[in-house]
Amino acid sequence: MRLVLPQAVYDDIVDHVLTGYPLEACGLLVGVPEQNGATQALRFVPSANLAVSALAYTIDPKVHLRAERDADDDDLAVIGVVHSHTHTDAFPSPTDVAAAPDPTWEYVIVSLRDPSPSLRSYRIQGDTVTETPVEIVDRSAQAEV
Amino acid sequence: MSDVVEATLPTVSIRIPMILRPQVGGAKTVDATGATLGALLADLTIRFPGVTSQVLTADGELHKFVNIYVNDDDVRYLGKLEAPIKSGDEVTILPAVAGGAF
Repeated sequence: MRLVLPQAVYDDIVDHVLTGYPLEACGLLVGVPEQNGATQALRFVPSANLAVSALAYTIDPKVHLRAERDADDDDLAVIGVVHSHTHTDAFPSPTDVAAAPDPTWEYVIVSLRDPSPSLRSYRIQGDTVTETPVEIVDRSAQAEV
Repeated sequence: MSDVVEATLPTVSIRIPMILRPQVGGAKTVDATGATLGALLADLTIRFPGVTSQVLTADGELHKFVNIYVNDDDVRYLGKLEAPIKSGDEVTILPAVAGGAF
């Protein structure tokens, strides 16, 4: 199992979470759900953090609604959610685990604790957290699925 | 008379989020009939009892971790379960997406 993240999508994510700092920032990942062990991210949909907090995030439901509809139109799906941890590790907190709605989603966390951002991704099934290796690929490269 | 009333009740498409699709046999959308959101959900319960328990609390209120839309509007601003439904509306159920650092 791995998450394939184009460099351009990675750059969009890092830009968004740095812009949101010192608050937590968040957004949704749209792409192709897991096939043959690979989940392919194709775009990042930034959201305002409705929690307006350095400790918590809430995706704007309107952004989620639009992202779902746009993804559906393109035969894609919302495959995960991205948020930043401004002062802690890139690991799901108890709140993240308790609030995780979908066991098939990737939960991407960008830690801004250290000078350079650290991005990691997880699946959360019940209270079990499993890290998903992230493969950052060149803009032009396609995932082998 | 009651036949006439029933014939005019709207049947609309409800978009089901990924997480609830197992409760509706894997379908992306299901049809339901009713003049209000509450009536739609009651109709849905007859065929798919698993969905409603995920969407409504034990007290029959909308669950706070679920967002439901009629077209582009959050039903919390349309009267919640009393939100009126008309023919051609599209209803979307989405999980709230939230978390935190601790």
